[in-house]
Amino acid sequence: MADLHPDNPYAPERFPHPNKRVEFPPEAKQKFDWILTRYPTKEAALLPTLHLAQEVWGWISPETVHYVGSLLNLSPATVFGVVSFYNMYNQKPVGKYHLQVCTNLSCMVNRAYDIYDHLCEKLSVKPGEITTDGKYTVTEVECLGSCGTAPVVQINNDYLENMSVEKMDAWIRSKSS
Amino acid sequence: MDPIKVLLANIDKPNSTSIDVYIDGGGYEAAKTALKMKPDEITQLVKDSELRGRGGAGFPTGGKWGFVPKNAPKPTYLLCNADESEPGTFKDRLLMEKDPHLLVEGMIISGFAIGSNPMSYIYIRGEFYYGAVVLEKALAEARERGFLGKNILGSGFDFDITVARGAGAYICGEETGLIESIEGHRGQPRVKPPFPAVIGAFGGPTVVQNVETLTCVPLIVKNGAEWFKSFGTPKNTGPKLYCVSGTIKKPGVYEFPMGINLKELINDHCGGVPEGRNLKAVIPGGASAPMLTPDEIDIPLNFDALMKAGSMLGSAGIIVLDDSVCIVDAVWRLAKFFAHESCGQCTPCREGTNWQESILDRIERGDGRASDPDLLLDMSDNIGGKSLCALGDAAIGPVISSVKKFRKEYEHHITQKSCLPETRRYRRLDAPVAAH
Repeated sequence: MADLHPDNPYAPERFPHPNKRVEFPPEAKQKFDWILTRYPTKEAALLPTLHLAQEVWGWISPETVHYVGSLLNLSPATVFGVVSFYNMYNQKPVGKYHLQVCTNLSCMVNRAYDIYDHLCEKLSVKPGEITTDGKYTVTEVECLGSCGTAPVVQINNDYLENMSVEKMDAWIRSKSS
Repeated sequence: MDPIKVLLANIDKPNSTSIDVYIDGGGYEAAKTALKMKPDEITQLVKDSELRGRGGAGFPTGGKWGFVPKNAPKPTYLLCNADESEPGTFKDRLLMEKDPHLLVEGMIISGFAIGSNPMSYIYIRGEFYYGAVVLEKALAEARERGFLGKNILGSGFDFDITVARGAGAYICGEETGLIESIEGHRGQPRVKPPFPAVIGAFGGPTVVQNVETLTCVPLIVKNGAEWFKSFGTPKNTGPKLYCVSGTIKKPGVYEFPMGINLKELINDHCGGVPEGRNLKAVIPGGASAPMLTPDEIDIPLNFDALMKAGSMLGSAGIIVLDDSVCIVDAVWRLAKFFAHESCGQCTPCREGTNWQESILDRIERGDGRASDPDLLLDMSDNIGGKSLCALGDAAIGPVISSVKKFRKEYEHHITQKSCLPETRRYRRLDAPVAAH
């Protein structure tokens, strides 16, 4: 088999269970049916359905791409095109806490890079990797729309505002006990 | 000029997101009044108020509504642009999280005026998860009280709102990018014309308005166009939210009549830059606005005055930079943002933004060439006005203005291979690179 480009989402190591089928649990299925009623076309439900899938599985796996495509009559290529366009869909698994550090200008001049570098060092990870205990992933993100309380770190769905290296350390301590 | 509390009148009330608190403060009265008016009368009222879009372009709102064709074969849509991704801007988040019913009421009135039927959408950026939760709750309350749904308040008008979450893409704040995203596609802007008012979401006429614009509408219906015009100056009317961030003592959202003086805002209301430092540059309208030097900031913050000064009010995201900030580093960070957020559809923007980023990075690293400042200006000329949407024009704003106004600092980097001695770099040049 020809070598696949390392970024290819269908590279074998990123697609370990080609025959594994995924399916929404009943509660998510119900939410999906409600989403369909809110849009005039099925395709328009794609973004909310992907959000739902990420809530269920934590990331958008190639299996999920196929599954969501089958739900909405879209090709896997179309679905993957959308997944890869938007920043928030995780194309690989992330830790239990996804630490997303905004480093855009207002955060940068309030020392966001210090927090970002400190987190990578303290947790000994490169950006995007998961710590060995599966708990944390650190990523650099673009403006989170909270410049007045810079620097800001988004952790999963929550914003931590007016952050500093010390406050970040205190937060991590609170999660490691 | 003193700060005012008009758009932000409710935000300090306890439990300000609840419908009861909103109604106690006179909420939804404007919707009741509007639903008894003719749609054209509302549009005329908004035209008379001279309300201009608060999202960035400053297009007259009533004028935009007037372009919507009557009796189009497909349904008309009202879309609220709550994508708020312009670096330096954080006003809409405050409005949605603290006073969601003001937005809902604004949408009911605006939807009625343009004949939106039956569904409209609030496109909120995906990161504002809490804002989406607050809005969902507000919508449920409004539905329960009959302000949304079928035949609202016995007017015969059917109207409902869905919160559509984005998923992290600045370009979806561009109105046709937003429409593509609502339709379930990659958020790549469309070629215009046709403009959304003629063919927009799902093929129907579509009006896209910023959150702050929509929240002005109930106030205009309640108090009249003349009252609205009593704030600000002709053609630049109404209360306005200003977001101040960067190296400033008191960052935050400030409300003033349109046209507060920028110098007064920074020095008197926001406390100026930190002690011992001096002001170096101000970006007055979000990352895309060309920067101003300290001797240019004695200027009213409104659409026309800033346009005349060669910058723009944009989304009124004011980023203040003091003299500790390395301009090349700051502009590199904005260039990195635009390169990341370019949708990749058209060549000048896709290639140009990435090239800008790498040239600025090499200057900052001490590898700059003497020709680089002129090269940056030359490339900017090949991006601006030549890209498919406004992102290309946005990306060159900080680059051109900084090369022109801080050329000496660029040259210092190139000849001395370091930042100016009084500035510091806020990133590590040997920072770890993201794993793929």
